[in-house]
Amino acid sequence: MSAGVMMLRGALGNRSLVIGLVLSLVFVGAALVSFAWVPQDVGAMDIPNRMQPPSGAHLLGTDHFGRDILSMIMVGARTSIAVAVVAVVIGMGLGVPLGLAAAARRGSLIDEVIMRGNDLVFAFPSLLIAIMITAVFGPSAVNAIIAIGIFNIPVFARLTRGAALSLWTRDYVLAARVAGKGAVRISAEHILPNVTNLLIVQGTIQFSLGILAEAALSYVGLGAQPPIPSWGRMLADSQTMISLAPHMAIFPGMAILLTVLGLNLMGDGLRDLFDPRIRRARQ
Amino acid sequence: MIYMTFTRGMVSALALVAGVGMAQAKTDIIVGMQLEPPHLDPTGGAAGAIDEVLYANVFEGLTRFGPDGSVNPGLAESWEISEDGTVYTFTLHDGVMFHDGTTMDGEDVKFSLDRARAEDSVNAQKALFAGITDVEVVDPLTVKVTLDAPNGAFLFNLAWGDAVIVAPESIDDIKTNPIGTGAFKFDNWVQGDRIEIGRNPDYWGEPAKLERATFKFISDPTAAFAAVMAEDVHAFLGFPAPENLPQFEADPRFQVLVGSTEGETILSTNNKQAPFDDVRVRKALAHAIDRQAIIDGAMFGYGTPIGTHFAPHHPDYVDLTANTAYDPELAKSLLAEAGFADGFTTTLKLPPPSYARRGGEIIAAQLRAVGIQTEISNLEWAQWLEQVFTGKDFGLTIVSHTEPMDIGIYANPDYYFQYDDADFQNLMEDLTAESDPEARSALLRQAQEKIAEDHVNGYLFQLAALRVANAKIVGLWENMPTQANDLTAVYWED
Amino acid sequence: MLRYVLKRLVSLVISLAVASLVIFLAIEVVPGDPAAYMLGLNAQPDTLAALRDQLGLNGTIPARYLSWIGGMLTGDFGTSYTYRTPVADMIGERMWISLPLALYALSLSTLIAFPAGVWAASRRGSAVDMGVMGVTQLGVAIPNFWFAMLMVLVFAINLRWFSAGGFAGWEQGFLAGMKSLTLPAIALALPQASILTRVMRSSLLDTLSEDFIRTARAKGLTRRQVLWRHALRNAMIPVLTIIGMQFSFLLAGAIIIENVFFLPGLGRLVFQAISARDLIVVESVLMLLVFAVIVVNFAVDVAYAAVDPRLRGRR
Repeated sequence: MSAGVMMLRGALGNRSLVIGLVLSLVFVGAALVSFAWVPQDVGAMDIPNRMQPPSGAHLLGTDHFGRDILSMIMVGARTSIAVAVVAVVIGMGLGVPLGLAAAARRGSLIDEVIMRGNDLVFAFPSLLIAIMITAVFGPSAVNAIIAIGIFNIPVFARLTRGAALSLWTRDYVLAARVAGKGAVRISAEHILPNVTNLLIVQGTIQFSLGILAEAALSYVGLGAQPPIPSWGRMLADSQTMISLAPHMAIFPGMAILLTVLGLNLMGDGLRDLFDPRIRRARQ
Repeated sequence: MIYMTFTRGMVSALALVAGVGMAQAKTDIIVGMQLEPPHLDPTGGAAGAIDEVLYANVFEGLTRFGPDGSVNPGLAESWEISEDGTVYTFTLHDGVMFHDGTTMDGEDVKFSLDRARAEDSVNAQKALFAGITDVEVVDPLTVKVTLDAPNGAFLFNLAWGDAVIVAPESIDDIKTNPIGTGAFKFDNWVQGDRIEIGRNPDYWGEPAKLERATFKFISDPTAAFAAVMAEDVHAFLGFPAPENLPQFEADPRFQVLVGSTEGETILSTNNKQAPFDDVRVRKALAHAIDRQAIIDGAMFGYGTPIGTHFAPHHPDYVDLTANTAYDPELAKSLLAEAGFADGFTTTLKLPPPSYARRGGEIIAAQLRAVGIQTEISNLEWAQWLEQVFTGKDFGLTIVSHTEPMDIGIYANPDYYFQYDDADFQNLMEDLTAESDPEARSALLRQAQEKIAEDHVNGYLFQLAALRVANAKIVGLWENMPTQANDLTAVYWED
Repeated sequence: MLRYVLKRLVSLVISLAVASLVIFLAIEVVPGDPAAYMLGLNAQPDTLAALRDQLGLNGTIPARYLSWIGGMLTGDFGTSYTYRTPVADMIGERMWISLPLALYALSLSTLIAFPAGVWAASRRGSAVDMGVMGVTQLGVAIPNFWFAMLMVLVFAINLRWFSAGGFAGWEQGFLAGMKSLTLPAIALALPQASILTRVMRSSLLDTLSEDFIRTARAKGLTRRQVLWRHALRNAMIPVLTIIGMQFSFLLAGAIIIENVFFLPGLGRLVFQAISARDLIVVESVLMLLVFAVIVVNFAVDVAYAAVDPRLRGRR
């Protein structure tokens, strides 16, 4: 049996991974489908038919402007996913090189500056900083991405440094050093490929945290601006109507919950898959 | 021992709660409000919440607004106006005392007016005092105010919260410990939560019926709803979520008061920014807007459509809404005529209140239907002031102008919507100089028609004053002719 | 050891200096004029200038930075632009809500997480374990402000067991105060408890697989005895670290929950101050929070190093 097939069998046997993957794909799929088709135009208001409970015409009911909630959730998935993914890319793009550099020059001034810088970013209350950023640059999806992305940087930097430090003591790295390869080349050729699995797992987790953070920011009005639907703003809009039309609060909340749950389960599943030692120990 | 003290503490706490509970039904009231005042000086800040707590309750001016918006005598029991309309001689009430026990006399009036118009004044409505050239104390109960020109609105100006009488003795601490002459005394302020006022036993006029009143600040609309439902507050003045009012109406425990405010809610248009410098485009905007849909969608039906910048409850109001009826086809042809057959893109900057945020989403959808694309940005007030009001960097915005009788802003070409029209400016000059009521009415009607014809802004609706109160509370003002929650006549019915 | 402490102390001071500079400069570029906010639509330019002068907004940037830092060092946090009261007093007042709320939430989360984590670990792989882990997955994934909204709907609006928000005030008695903090504390505690349960469980499982536990088992102790006598104590280190981190998070991170329940706490103070451009309040509270986290981190590092000398080289 090839390694790939074994991996696949492992994956299918991993319940968290399968459930997580299915849930995540449902929402990613909904977001993708929404580019081509939604049940109803999310820009079309129908005020006489507002706050309708779920029915055949509107599977998840309508909101306070008479818009179709299912369509809003589908289009809103785009915003959430896009913001969270780009924030992860920012975090990885800056954090991983910083972590690699710190590990390569362990104990040096660079290491110290990078790690203290990390501590410093961690010391700032993230949500307050996000609010500050939007106060400076105005609320928008882009600024939400930046605010979330900044706090992803130290996460990846620290993770990469920790994993890389142990790799630097491995024989094959020592051999490469003896062969005269420089720190940059070793980091790129020998260290990075061996931390990829770890980064994928952490990336999934930061992705799910990003979805939660985006929801929180747009809930307080600092994320994507209307008329672009966003899950957090749908919740904020529904808040005063919660006793009149609870479905307006329940469905967007469920969308956030299920997406985050799916990504977390997927992260757990991937970790088990990539680290057979843990998997064996668990079985 | 520890146990003992604990239980004793508990017992007295319980007794206290019970005592308060009994008293509340008679002479106490807890009033919910959405916004907390930043400080307690009505003469040094624009925040409406300051007046909403203090006006008429703690502070009084020479004249005062009645519940119907009329200007009545306040601390001045009478006045005489000279032939040429430039000298006002006020006779003050005798025996008026500030809450700290000092006497209110002509010196205090002079101090208050001079302070408001001084060079280093931080009065948010300094323009109200602009025409005053001299304030003279004739004797302790007589004050003579001289103006540079006749001003038909002078007594009206003096009724504003920004013109209340303060004392030099207590001015230094006014922001945290306001000392006025009103029927209530300021008691306590727990910042972020509540302000308490108590009856002034030495009040010069009709004493307040309530013994104590607490203003509780609940900014979140959901929390406001829950607080009223749970009877944590006895009344909520300026209820922020119109969608919840039908639930209160259906509940016999509550009464819902829907009145009028001075808030003209308008789609402010940057008259100097292309393409809004073309009157055809502005006219197209006016016809593209479905006012009723906005009132229904944003305010759940509460609000009166307006066709100009004037309060509908005012006797001089002219209903011009029919001139700009909802007609998207006409709007499209007007746009085509102006050279925008394919529409254009503009900005729509929205401040925090829900009339703006919700109304903005609806207007964006309505404008999209005639080909105008809008980029919405939701701003906080500070950002809105910076970008829109001061920076004039906007295409469209939605805001409610809550100052009473503020049509004069259209005469200021530097005002943020930048309407610069010599005819209108002359009209306002005539109005200021005119003191004959008939002639003033005619001028006001002309002014309303002028700005409606020029489609300076999109005129949406008059903001409704929404209050919910316990069914047994009597004496709340029905309308909001100024930003005030006068509690002096409020009491509980048995 | 002394050298290590000194070295960490130097980096602590540098971190604080950098943090203060970052905060100050970030706030300098925030657009919006506090004076314009306070005076509103009809303000005249000369009035605005007079107020800016009163507020001390006209100095140069370095001068204002130095006077801010100098004030902070002597315990003077400045005077709020809008409220016109000392910032230190405002912070002190808000602390009486934020601190108890954080402690309440932390106690709740610890009280839930300990038994749940131990239970799941001791019956690893069983239905109990799966159930606990499933619930924690939900707890981590649920947006806490949404959970808070649902709780308000059920417990405040429908059942009327709790008031929907606001703070009764400690002068109404301890119980009344705690009652108004209960729903917010639950909303805050749920995700924290879920994380803590998971950490507790995995930390216990790790410890249980270590050699000294096997030895203890070989000596004839029952699984239960091993768990309570040996494993639990050793599993506590990561758990305590997480609890420490959660506390500082709860202090500053309650901002959204404070908004949902309109509690006049520290987070809402900053939120309001940002929108009112009361920048001196924002600066001082942020600096205080950052200071607290940095100093706690420092203390934790030093404490670890004192216990385990190997760590000194690592950091």
